[in-house]
Amino acid sequence: MRLLTVLRTPMGVVASIILVLVLLTAIVAPLLWNDAAEARNTANLNSGPSAEHPLGTDVLGRDLLLRTLVATRLTVLLALGATGVALGLGILFGAAPVLLGHRAGRLAVSAVNIAVAFPGLLLALVLALILGVGELSAMWAIGIAGAPSFARLCQTLVASVAERDYIAAARLAGKSRFRILLRHVLPNIAEPLIVNATIAAGAALLAFAGLSFLGLGVQSPSYDWGRMMMEGLDRIYLNPIAALAPGVAVVIAGLAFNLMGEALARSLSTPRIPVAWGMRPRRPYPQKAEERGDGEPADHLAGPGHADSSEPAGPAAYPEAVLTLRDLRVSLPGHLGCLTPVRGISLRIAPGEAVGIVGESGSGKSLTALAAAQLVEEPLAVRAATLKFCGADLMLRPQSTRDRSRYQRLLGRSLAVVFQDPMTSFNPTMRIGAQLVEGMRFHDGVERSWAQARAVDRLGAVGIEEPERRAAMYPHEFSGGMRQRAMIAMGLMGDPQLIIADEPTTALDVTVQKQVLELLDEVRSASSVALMLISHDIAVVRQVCDRIAVMYGGRIVEELPADRLAEQAQHPYTRALIAAVPDMNTDLDEPLATIPGRPVDLSQRSAGCPFAPRCPLATQRCHEQDPALIPAGDSGGAHRVACWHPVVDAGRAALAEADRSAGEPASAEGSELS
Amino acid sequence: MQNRWTAFALRRGTRLIISLWVLVSAAFLMIHLVPGDPVRAMLGPTAAPALVDQTRENLGLNDPLWEQYLRFLRGLFTGDLGTSITMGLPVSEVLAARLPNTLTLGLLGFVLAICLALPVGATIAVATRKGRRRGLELSFASTSVVVATIPDFLLGVALVAIFGVTLELLPVAWTGGAESYVLPVIALAAGPAAVLSRIVRVELLSTLDEDFVRTARAKRLSSRRIVLRHALPNAVTAALTLGGLMLGTLVASTVLVENVFAWPGLGSTVVGAILGRDYPLVQAIVLVYGTGVLLVNTLVDVVLALLDPRSTIGDQ
Amino acid sequence: MTELRIEKLTVRYGRGPSVHTAADEVSLTVPASQTLGLVGESGSGKSTVARAAAGLVSADSGTIKLGGKPLPRRGLRPVQMIFQDPRSSLDPRMSIGESIAECLPSRFSRSARRSEISRLLDMVHLDPTRRGARPPELSGGQLQRVAIARVLAARPAVVVADEITSALDVSVQGAVLNLVRELQTELGLSLLFISHNLAVVRYVASQVAVMRTGRILEAGPADQVFHRPQHSYTRQLLDAVPDTLRSTP
Repeated sequence: MRLLTVLRTPMGVVASIILVLVLLTAIVAPLLWNDAAEARNTANLNSGPSAEHPLGTDVLGRDLLLRTLVATRLTVLLALGATGVALGLGILFGAAPVLLGHRAGRLAVSAVNIAVAFPGLLLALVLALILGVGELSAMWAIGIAGAPSFARLCQTLVASVAERDYIAAARLAGKSRFRILLRHVLPNIAEPLIVNATIAAGAALLAFAGLSFLGLGVQSPSYDWGRMMMEGLDRIYLNPIAALAPGVAVVIAGLAFNLMGEALARSLSTPRIPVAWGMRPRRPYPQKAEERGDGEPADHLAGPGHADSSEPAGPAAYPEAVLTLRDLRVSLPGHLGCLTPVRGISLRIAPGEAVGIVGESGSGKSLTALAAAQLVEEPLAVRAATLKFCGADLMLRPQSTRDRSRYQRLLGRSLAVVFQDPMTSFNPTMRIGAQLVEGMRFHDGVERSWAQARAVDRLGAVGIEEPERRAAMYPHEFSGGMRQRAMIAMGLMGDPQLIIADEPTTALDVTVQKQVLELLDEVRSASSVALMLISHDIAVVRQVCDRIAVMYGGRIVEELPADRLAEQAQHPYTRALIAAVPDMNTDLDEPLATIPGRPVDLSQRSAGCPFAPRCPLATQRCHEQDPALIPAGDSGGAHRVACWHPVVDAGRAALAEADRSAGEPASAEGSELS
Repeated sequence: MQNRWTAFALRRGTRLIISLWVLVSAAFLMIHLVPGDPVRAMLGPTAAPALVDQTRENLGLNDPLWEQYLRFLRGLFTGDLGTSITMGLPVSEVLAARLPNTLTLGLLGFVLAICLALPVGATIAVATRKGRRRGLELSFASTSVVVATIPDFLLGVALVAIFGVTLELLPVAWTGGAESYVLPVIALAAGPAAVLSRIVRVELLSTLDEDFVRTARAKRLSSRRIVLRHALPNAVTAALTLGGLMLGTLVASTVLVENVFAWPGLGSTVVGAILGRDYPLVQAIVLVYGTGVLLVNTLVDVVLALLDPRSTIGDQ
Repeated sequence: MTELRIEKLTVRYGRGPSVHTAADEVSLTVPASQTLGLVGESGSGKSTVARAAAGLVSADSGTIKLGGKPLPRRGLRPVQMIFQDPRSSLDPRMSIGESIAECLPSRFSRSARRSEISRLLDMVHLDPTRRGARPPELSGGQLQRVAIARVLAARPAVVVADEITSALDVSVQGAVLNLVRELQTELGLSLLFISHNLAVVRYVASQVAVMRTGRILEAGPADQVFHRPQHSYTRQLLDAVPDTLRSTP
């Protein structure tokens, strides 16, 4: 039971202890002290605290401490009863869309939408008038008053589950609506419902105290804390404790429920790694690396040291590259040891050059891009032997605020970043034009009208028609492709030396993708801006880039000129990646080449080559030693590969290919299960 | 642009009118939903049959239902809400005398809650982002849970006991002067402020993780500007959506607080009216509270529409 | 296996001024024991057609006939569907065995169910002893195999596959495509295969239809559509496909 994990948090422990104490009192106190709490001491009416009566006595001389303890049972029972009513009605109305179908469901939704606007206490007052004053009618009143917000919550939760495909699959399996509700919907919304029911029990307890305090809840001779407070308020000058003591009891019991709900909510929604990275994962449900951690020591995970010293390749003709990365590492400290999603990347990008970074999910390509752009946030940490942009060493922490703002200005003006999802990468509450001019106005303090004119000019330059009108629009009025153009225009506001584009076309349609890629290419050739293009699609990268770095398991496994990719790639992973993608010339009579095994798991990394577990050529050495990225034979340093057994000749390549298809690719992935 | 706003006004207006109609009808039906004879329930089992008949006649309960309904609606528009049974005064006079007191109290509480919640929630969010200052985060979380758990009327009682009775600094009950507002407004605003500041914090945190905030960071703006210009406006829209409902409940909380401070508003009146089964008065007060809540919600939606251009399009 | 014939299917969402026609008089035929590939970009209405063909969305007008008869509205459906995201199409709280069992026809006895589940898992190249595993324990590619096994459990007359590889990594995509092709030929499935990726559709489909903004623009044998496209939009799509990576044979 996942709910029990709450006991591992301090807040959960505190809440559990208080809750258990409250419930114990509710059970035990009436058994022990019921009669004593009724006993009247006529000699001691309305007295203050004394040794005999620690909290004093009431109008009839009854002991207030005992009465407070005994009242626990009625108070808690009524609160739980009201919560039950609210929960039951809430689920009934909340599940209506699933049970009754669309039309009736919509009616239920609008009914709840109207009801939820009315505060519970008001409803309780009305019901008190209709049903008469008393504890049972008050319980119903508070329950009914709480139902709309529960129904709203249920509807939201049910709606989020109902659009899941497993519900559609169950419908196709011919299961009834009721069975689907019972078997698929309720189990998947149970956790948030329990959390909210706990909090609602606290709220019901407080609401009940309120009603009783007004005299509309529990009636004499019964008593709960609310009623005791009402009776105590009359004598607040004589004995303030008489009013406050039952109030403190209300707060303690309410806290027990509320803290419990808070602790449950916290322990059930612990943040996951991808969220902490601040990236939108391409796959809807990223693997949760931290849950499978095996606690290897951090140094071990960080990989061997020898790979770091290798000099980045790149045209030596440029003494000063736009971007130089040497031994870049991004790590995530955690309780399972330090995970290192990027470990030892060295790369150099010359002015006007286009370099592509290709990899699957978990390869570390996007983090490499973010680290290069200085956009990695805590808790991730970036380390590098060298991280230079336009001659400025970004690993030096700027000493003065002047230095700092100079750095920021350099990055703001000269480094453009294009993100994956153009739908979410613009501020929805600001006009496009305002978002374009913002950076320039902030760094250079130029005139608004001048900046605005430049924004319109830039929008026109990236092929947006009627740029003047478009600049005054909000992002949601743009199509996806147009937003990505606007994002590129934003990068062109200053004087960019490098554009870092992180999966800029993944969220776009193929025809739009082509236009955006062409635009990036145009921009690059027109103003000789360098480009760093990150993509999972090797074909896209090859189309645009001069040089390609293939990443796997947080490392560059091969780096080569784009024109060598088809024929001369040497790393088995690169070759497999090329073979695995079907294109318009794929032989229809042969099965597609596949890569066995599952994608790399950050937390389970061995000392050897990260690709070794999936590699058909892997030997003992591959599993034990991580190969360094070294220049490949005939390339003169432009082609580098990190592999103990690079595929050099065509014969070996054919052999490897044959191996892979003969090895029954599907069963190879399946076999990891056994 | 114009078109979008008209569509929004039309949609939101329709919803307000439907909600008002539901409210009015519910208030009207209230008296008819009382099990058995409402007049007998009001006057007690010992009342003379002649008196019961007379009262029923006075309340117009012998007429056909639809006629009563029309009369009720007509009364709403002409300001004739009947006569209070317990007070013997026209209901409209009771409202005129007491509504202003409740309104001032509620508005002040509302303003104080927002003025506390926004800066506190935003500051805590920025300070505790990405698991920094865990101690501060934990103490804020526990403090806000505790404050939100203390019921407003208990806080009222405690404030009276401390500042009124023990220290004798502030009046324990209504005097009409400005100083008598201090304690009830605090009692009223503390809980909502705690809940609202938690919402602001959570929303700001999740907004700071949005892609467009990363875009703003890529422009290398100062973190101050990123929070104030990019994150906060978006967080506030989300916080208002959730918080708007809660501010509605603040209107109802005045009932309890008024009773603690013997405040001559509608809240202290309604309890007596319910206990005395003063149907016309309860109907009128429920209508006033309900309308107040509906207006607050509509206001929140309008503010949302001004802040977030997307909310004027699309459904609901 | 049976032929699925969709005629003049129209599906609209919303009402009044905001009505959106997702499918506009769409006519398609999935021939018996063959694969029809449906190509289109986002918003083209291809997923709507998929859901309508499976009976998950009701049509505003038009007919969908399976072997000449209308689709049944209750019981185990003869048209089954494989979805894009395998993590959304399997209940995270059910073991994969239970998920598959849900689609088995009721005639199976308890013990027969067990062996049938094993047979199906084996068929999609998964280890049958892992039938008790829950979805979070499996990788995306493995889950998509489970989803395929579940569909096969229902003995479908027609299978609708909606973007089944686009949520997968490239290295896993090939294995799933191989499996789909293998099963299609082995079992003689009639398959409606939907994708935005032309190369993927080319690899599995013998017939191809191109869709945009709710309409079918072009349909015919795969060879013809890919090599002699009639519609300018089809040419535009073909144009946008990145060049081949491998050296041409």
